[in-house]
Amino acid sequence: MNFDPRFSGRNFTSVGTRPIRPDGVDKVTGRARYGADFNMAGQLVGRVLRSPHAHATIRKIDTSKAEKLPGVKAVITSTDLPDLTDGDSAMYDILDNCMARKKALYDGHAVAAVAAVDARTARQALKLIEVDYEVLPHVTDVDEAMKHSAPVLNDTIFTEGVEEKPTKPSNVTKRTQYGHGDVHEGFGQADFIVERSFKTEQTHQGYIEPHACVASVSSDGTADLWVCTQGHFVYRQHCAQLLGMEASKLRVTSSEIGGGFGGKTHVWAEPVALALSRKAGRPVKLVMARDEVFRASGPTSATSIDVRIGARKDGTITAAEATLRYSCGPYAGMWAELGAMTAFACYKLDNVKTVGYEVLVNRPKTAAYRAPSAPMAAFAVESAVDELAKEIGMDPVEFRIRNAAQEGTRSSYGPVYGPIGIGPTLEAAKNHPHMKAPLGKNQGRGMACGFWFNFGGQTCTDLNIGMDGSVSLAVGTVDVGGSRASLSLVAAEELGIAYEQVKAVVADTSSLGYNDMTDGSRGTFSSSMATISAARNAIKILRERAAQMWDIPVDDVVWEKGHAIAKGEKYGNLAALSLKEIAAASGKTGGPIAGHSELVADGAGVSFATHICDIEVDPETGATRVLRYTVVQDAGKAVHPTYVEGQYQGGAAQGIGWALNEEYIYGKDGRLQNPGFLDYRIPVCSDLPMIDTQILEIPNPNHPYGVRGVGETSIVPPLAAIANAVSNAAGVRMTHIPMSPPRILAAIEAERGG
Amino acid sequence: MVEVTLWGSLGAVAGGKSKVEIEAKDIRELFRKLAEQYPGFEPYIDRGIAVAIDGVIYRDTWSKELPQGAEIFLLPRLAGG
Amino acid sequence: MAGVAVSTTINGDNVEYLCQPDETLLDVLRDRLGLTGAKEGCGTGDCGACSIILDDRLVCSCLVLGAEAEGRRIETVEGMAHGDTLHPLQQKFLEHAALQCGICTPGFLIAAKDLLAKNPDPTEEEIRFGLAGNLCRCTGYDKIVRAVQDAANVMKGA
Repeated sequence: MNFDPRFSGRNFTSVGTRPIRPDGVDKVTGRARYGADFNMAGQLVGRVLRSPHAHATIRKIDTSKAEKLPGVKAVITSTDLPDLTDGDSAMYDILDNCMARKKALYDGHAVAAVAAVDARTARQALKLIEVDYEVLPHVTDVDEAMKHSAPVLNDTIFTEGVEEKPTKPSNVTKRTQYGHGDVHEGFGQADFIVERSFKTEQTHQGYIEPHACVASVSSDGTADLWVCTQGHFVYRQHCAQLLGMEASKLRVTSSEIGGGFGGKTHVWAEPVALALSRKAGRPVKLVMARDEVFRASGPTSATSIDVRIGARKDGTITAAEATLRYSCGPYAGMWAELGAMTAFACYKLDNVKTVGYEVLVNRPKTAAYRAPSAPMAAFAVESAVDELAKEIGMDPVEFRIRNAAQEGTRSSYGPVYGPIGIGPTLEAAKNHPHMKAPLGKNQGRGMACGFWFNFGGQTCTDLNIGMDGSVSLAVGTVDVGGSRASLSLVAAEELGIAYEQVKAVVADTSSLGYNDMTDGSRGTFSSSMATISAARNAIKILRERAAQMWDIPVDDVVWEKGHAIAKGEKYGNLAALSLKEIAAASGKTGGPIAGHSELVADGAGVSFATHICDIEVDPETGATRVLRYTVVQDAGKAVHPTYVEGQYQGGAAQGIGWALNEEYIYGKDGRLQNPGFLDYRIPVCSDLPMIDTQILEIPNPNHPYGVRGVGETSIVPPLAAIANAVSNAAGVRMTHIPMSPPRILAAIEAERGG
Repeated sequence: MVEVTLWGSLGAVAGGKSKVEIEAKDIRELFRKLAEQYPGFEPYIDRGIAVAIDGVIYRDTWSKELPQGAEIFLLPRLAGG
Repeated sequence: MAGVAVSTTINGDNVEYLCQPDETLLDVLRDRLGLTGAKEGCGTGDCGACSIILDDRLVCSCLVLGAEAEGRRIETVEGMAHGDTLHPLQQKFLEHAALQCGICTPGFLIAAKDLLAKNPDPTEEEIRFGLAGNLCRCTGYDKIVRAVQDAANVMKGA
């Protein structure tokens, strides 16, 4: 296949318009089926027993009483999920997280599960399971866990990436380092240096739909799994490997997904549901309760970050350095590493060094959360950048513009940038009316920048043309926020037909080749590339069929605006053939017309954003109010601008919640104190203003339409933008996220007292 | 011969070097030769290494050619939301 | 446990069912009656995804027992459209892209319907406080508020 992914400037007909999404009516009428909205005949109810201890050895589990309860059809423990991972440590960690083996590693860690005829029986059965725990000392704080005195979670882990080979096991799984130049020399050239330490608390993606699945394993070794997931092909691989099944015999269907934001990129209870179904010989439906979602799915890291930045009087940054410590939960991750890579990505730096430490703690396994790890690093760096601008006496926007990365800049994580949007977003922010709006008493304005890589990856798409000329598009990337609409627009654009003629669906794992999951903002980037490729393959066939119908050489047929056109004077009398006409004749010209595409979508364009916000702080209570919020972000090309705006607004809102309110609160006993939406309070409608958006389009040279990803970057700047605004309003630098009223009040009082 | 820049942690495995020179025409050959010369690379390659060629990141395209004089940078495979 | 026989009205239709005394109305709607438009996001009345209207009052159906519906009138998202004509709120939610994942949408539509029934001409602030019992994690609420404003204008004109 000779697919050319390079950007070609063109005028768009469909792309860039704002039609109604194809899955819309089902979603406003209650017909759309999400994870928990599906049932199978004869299905059982699955429930999971979870550890009440943060850290404990499991001495023995006695399930005999539960098994005898009438209505109980299966009880499983880790022995029913034997270790088939064959030395693959990453898979072993997934297995251990799905069902604890020797130790329970956090409050909420699964230790057993039941399948029963109804929910009440299942609940009763859980109470009859006797687990003999030996409670161990625990550690939940990231800085505490790094100390030599901290209880060690896993005595087989020795810190990787340090020069001297460690002799003792540690909670620090890995040290990583990025950067270039010489920071010592750079700081020597600085007239001003800002040095600060920051902390951020753990937050959850907070999707409204709890994890849910229906699993059905047959005695012939085939199985079906209905599940809400961001990547059904990845779930299939993981489940098949953990259960010892052949991947092709496990058909995974992705339901409509009620939010993921990274949290549905990992398997949690799905292998358990399959194991229960296998043992019971009946379908099993397993739906997490909200407290299970908080306690036992995958929130983001808690962090502790030190930043040091130096600059000359003229505002040029001479050196930048950061040490980043990120909690991983009980399993090794690369979360600090992502923070270390992204921390200074917005800037053009001659001397930069970042060091990341991955830290194990007795909290649930850290999972990806929208631009994972970048928001915390940006909070620390952008806070210090603001402070440095202030010390130099420069406007914070001008200071950033002066130091912004541009095409040709060596990024802080290594490669040299192509065309990028950090400068343009800063210029747009500088010229935005928001920047000049007056502020009242106790009000402050803040701004900050953010970066995210964006991913591509393996992608497979089928485009089938019906005899009536309508087009069905089967994609394998789960639609988390309107991608079926954007991909239909892309198919319509490429074929030259109306958007309404295209119907996009997300195909199950048995109907399409492998697709990576919808993560890293890749959904529209990758699947649009595959869709364009599939459409071009279909056009080739359409041209051949038209050539047949006309009985002329195919090389004389071109495709324009949804029609085959015979090229050249000699064909002057041939009327153009529409896609519909060619499709209607297809039965007699060679059968069905389709275009397929299997590719690795590479060359995802990095993305940058600049946010501005105004915050009012009540100095008596520490309470805050978001008065105004503006997002400026580069989309490359906005395929469906309304949904691009939606991504910008949604990321900003999540960031606002993170900055001001959301946090995991653990008690001294290591138990999560707030596993519900009442006490883990995400922003509600009355907490927020309208969120203004400005879409910039700096084409990605590696996509035919210039598309970059848009989903994640919008959550990167808010923590810092709000911290800068609060600090300006309260007159004191805030260094601990979330900036809840007690923290702000304490900071104000400390400043007054000091 | 192409010059390959390693990220910090990978450099430690290559005896503290930040750059290595390798005779390789594509990503597949690059990984094979790196694993031969630096056995410590293997777990990293298994875990996934992305290759940035003139700033464009390739995750899975092992057949991608390495043009002479191109800037080649190795990165760990990333996780996203 | 013996079942409780309940006779009620759902979206204008007479409905009879048996339920357990400790079963929530949400579970009855979803599991016994196949009305899965109302969603369970929390089970504790904090997210509003299970919102229904019970005798002209907006409630979280996860906080109501199935047995309590005896002789009452229930409205769910499934009853909002007339035949294939969408309710103005449904239409405006589509036009404004007031949903991304859509899991909270049935709850928001019901809550907005209740709001506009009581206050046909709400200010932005009244809409924001009127919908504060419904959580949305995708949109930042901007497009939801605009959709409700637009629907209110259409409904006033009708």
